[in-house]
Amino acid sequence: MTGDYRLPPSPEERIDRSRTVRFTFEGRDFEGFAGDTVASALAANGVSTLSRSFKYRRPRGIFSLSDKDTNTLVQLPGEPNVPAAAREIEDGMAVLGQNYDGSLKRDRGAWIGLFSRFLPVGFYYKAFYRPSGAWQRWEPVFRARAGLGAVDPAAEPGRFDKKYGFYDAVVVGAGPAGLAAAATAAGAGAEVLLVDDQPAPGGALTYARFGADRAPQEEALRALVAAVERAETIDAMFGAVCEGRFADNWLAIVEGRRLHKVRARQVVMATGAMEQPIVFRNNDLPGVMLLSAAQRLIRHYRVRPGNRAVVATVGRDGYATALDLLEAGVEIAAVVDLRRHPDPSPETSAVAERGIRVIAGHTPSEARKHSRSGRIRSVTVSPIIGAGKFGTGGEKIACDLLCMSSGHTPAAHIACHAGARLFYDRTLSGLRIDRMPEGILAAGAVNGRHDLRGVIAEGRHAGRAAADALGLEQGDAPPVPADSGRKRNHAWPIFPHPRGKEFVDFDEDLTVRDLTDTVHEGYAGIELLKRYSTVGMGPSQGRYSAANALRIAADSAGGNLAEAGATTVRPPVTGEKLGVLAGRSFEPVRLTPMHHRHVEAGAQTMAAGDWLRPAFYGPGADRDRLVEEEAAHVRRAVGLIDVSTLGGIEIRGPDAAAFLERMYTFAYRRQPVGRLRYVLMCDAAGTIVDDGVACRLGDEHFYVTATTGGADRVYREMLWHNAQWRLDVDIANVTAAWCGVNVAGPLSRETLDRIAPEVDLSSDAFPYLAVREGRVADIPARLLRVGFVGELGYEIHVPAGFGEALWDRIMEAGEPEGIRPFGVEAQRLLRLEKGHIIVGQDTDGLTTPMEADMEWAVRRSKPFFVGGRALDVHDRNPLTRKLAGFVLSDVDAAPPEECCLVVRDGEIAGRVTSAMRSPHLGRVIGLAFLPPGDAEPGKRFEIRRPDGRTVSAEVVPLPFYDPDNARQAA
Amino acid sequence: MKILHCPLNGPRNISEFVCGGEVVEMPDPGAATDAEWSGYVFGHENARGVVREWWFHVPTAYWFIAERDTGTDEILRTFPASHVFGRAPP
Repeated sequence: MTGDYRLPPSPEERIDRSRTVRFTFEGRDFEGFAGDTVASALAANGVSTLSRSFKYRRPRGIFSLSDKDTNTLVQLPGEPNVPAAAREIEDGMAVLGQNYDGSLKRDRGAWIGLFSRFLPVGFYYKAFYRPSGAWQRWEPVFRARAGLGAVDPAAEPGRFDKKYGFYDAVVVGAGPAGLAAAATAAGAGAEVLLVDDQPAPGGALTYARFGADRAPQEEALRALVAAVERAETIDAMFGAVCEGRFADNWLAIVEGRRLHKVRARQVVMATGAMEQPIVFRNNDLPGVMLLSAAQRLIRHYRVRPGNRAVVATVGRDGYATALDLLEAGVEIAAVVDLRRHPDPSPETSAVAERGIRVIAGHTPSEARKHSRSGRIRSVTVSPIIGAGKFGTGGEKIACDLLCMSSGHTPAAHIACHAGARLFYDRTLSGLRIDRMPEGILAAGAVNGRHDLRGVIAEGRHAGRAAADALGLEQGDAPPVPADSGRKRNHAWPIFPHPRGKEFVDFDEDLTVRDLTDTVHEGYAGIELLKRYSTVGMGPSQGRYSAANALRIAADSAGGNLAEAGATTVRPPVTGEKLGVLAGRSFEPVRLTPMHHRHVEAGAQTMAAGDWLRPAFYGPGADRDRLVEEEAAHVRRAVGLIDVSTLGGIEIRGPDAAAFLERMYTFAYRRQPVGRLRYVLMCDAAGTIVDDGVACRLGDEHFYVTATTGGADRVYREMLWHNAQWRLDVDIANVTAAWCGVNVAGPLSRETLDRIAPEVDLSSDAFPYLAVREGRVADIPARLLRVGFVGELGYEIHVPAGFGEALWDRIMEAGEPEGIRPFGVEAQRLLRLEKGHIIVGQDTDGLTTPMEADMEWAVRRSKPFFVGGRALDVHDRNPLTRKLAGFVLSDVDAAPPEECCLVVRDGEIAGRVTSAMRSPHLGRVIGLAFLPPGDAEPGKRFEIRRPDGRTVSAEVVPLPFYDPDNARQAA
Repeated sequence: MKILHCPLNGPRNISEFVCGGEVVEMPDPGAATDAEWSGYVFGHENARGVVREWWFHVPTAYWFIAERDTGTDEILRTFPASHVFGRAPP
């Protein structure tokens, strides 16, 4: 079947015939029109086979003509698994089929179908679970064979983004029910978003036939669309898929490369229903499609779906399709009605009037393919003699098109995401939702309603009910007329054939036999059946297989069909690109007020929590030399470091000291105003979690610092504890409001003296561990004499807006002393020489103050502090490790990396937490956790490097530098 | 995404909040045995049913208490911590 299948123009068509689009499929040139999808353009050219199936590599063509089935997934350059029925063609597009070796027409791998009876469900598990290692050898073979498209790692994914939306009501589906619901809700004053995956509104009204004459439905569509267009509070989004409904009506709507995160107070689910296939031998041949697929080809794309058709149906829609096909110039060989006594309807009468042959009480039992094209060539129509049984005496009818339907399954994904379940309703002979979750309303075919009058009335009713729930409208909603022609599904549209190949699940190539075998192996429950047989696990997610799988499962297990529920339905509704989920990343970075000065000075920056900090100043290649020089300059003269990233927390109120006593391990009640004191925080388990200093600025006022990475947590913990303690304090996180520098080195006093004339910096007036408030370079400042780096030094904290000015003034003032900035790396080295720990580097998630040798900072006599009771428990157990200072015995050895293991007799005995080469000592120094007995000065131990070699170390007393603290107290 | 009703800020996306775990009363540190204290620190109930939990609204740094059904993830009510914790002696 090749040639031109395009029909004459019609006002309804979605193609623009003025613009021809040229593309290739399998290397051959094709033409279509703008607005054509890959599938419709190929159908117009008479191409039937678009891809091959996943397991047996059977040729497959148009099945549903939506983006919801797997038969027509194609490969684009750099983009696999593209639904051919949803992707519009573009000039120069190069399209390939999927799942074949060689060519789509002649797949060198299709031999696998011949062995299908040796490839039962669970084949991999059964055949390759031993000998051990067999699976590892075979897996690459299967992976290469197993289907779907090829990922191109070099492909440019493009830019994806996110957008937020807030609506009173979101109506999903712009068919007759959705259009009516949106207009009604908007009429009551609601802000409405109307979403549909199609490029234009109307849903089934645009392609299906409601009645023998289409004129009334065309008029209805015009009126519905006009009402929506008139409404001022409706936003409409076409070509967008509502992929999921999450808690509290949070909807994920994907529109191209944009993810809309929309909060809806009410959701109207007007998503329609999915036609279901009839299961018979070779029901997957190209040319066998759902009724609606043929109707869409005709109405949307003006493509004649075939030349000679058989229509197999269980209701009036089959007769309506026959009328459509006839109009499109297709010869109708027969309408096969699975019902013994078809209901009379305008459509059946019209079919009879046109002299079309109707064969009632029959089913297609086997299709045969054309040897060259692979498309259907004929179908055998056999009498139904019982549920799932057909009799002999079938008639073989030649055709190149078989349109089929066995009924509908509601597209109730959104309700299912909200917790509803689909169950098998006996009166309906199909699936139905058990209950509507709160905040979701259903209307139309998804509710099992298929008559146009009823569908529109349900839409209005749902729109009104949404307005009611929003408090916009009072009074009763308009009544919904009784369902006159309630469409029933066929109770058993499954006809096993002695020679098999009746496909229940097209994604996974599962036949009736596969499913009955699975049940007989003991996987009877529907969830087990799904996982073992993989039914419903392919890209179409059971849309076309769930109802039939349920029927087979219940029947084979001898169970009650009415009690059987379908498997859980989860988001997303269709395939989502990972780019949509990832979007653009948002990783905030905090910069200090002096950051640009560091960059200008050539700093290499490093991440510290959310902050960027200068690691050292100068080219990265000179790192080691620069860090040593910066450190040496602090020891010899004066250096300047930005400490703005330290947390700053103000504690004010009558209970300020009492609060600190409870939060931290040390004592603060008798701390004099104008003095600062070390703070060490433990958690409830007695583990060290943070440290800093507390400056007493007044009787009822402390300014507490916290570590760069810990500030937010400390603040949060403080608030949490005081939510329970209810102490009379105000706790404020002023980290961002303040910034600071540390002027450190023996010449720091000389530098500062020039710009802080109001502050007496002399050792007597402003001793070590004192805090003063005054002006530095005319900037209001808090001055802290601290000794983190072990030299005379002043931390100067000023309001953040003055940061850059402060930096500039100090750099100018320090010129005579040759002041130079130093970075975090030099500071780490300097503090290590002083034996100061860094919380989180030299401590871990279990380190107690006893292990860190910091009991001096714990006031055990206090009545209560966080972690204190846990330390009592720790006291009753022997210490298992202790942090100790060490030097490498070999003066030329390189520093071991952090976390290198301490090894004794081949066993792990501890680990290194910090290690650097000390320019002061001329050797590698460090801190390590050791068994308490080995943590005494003079003891030797071995450190294992990552390459397996060991290096000897010796425990030495801390600190490594200036043990009398004479320099920092100068 | 779930909506949480903050007693201070009203309904907000749950991504603005951090859960602080179950509200557990601290035993008297002087009277509790080591085992009782360990139970308080580590041995959380993690029960199915209605539990009282701490929640923290990050942008406004506000702790409050929520009653949540851990079986259904339904948040039944939220209220300020002062409803449970009175003023303690300093």
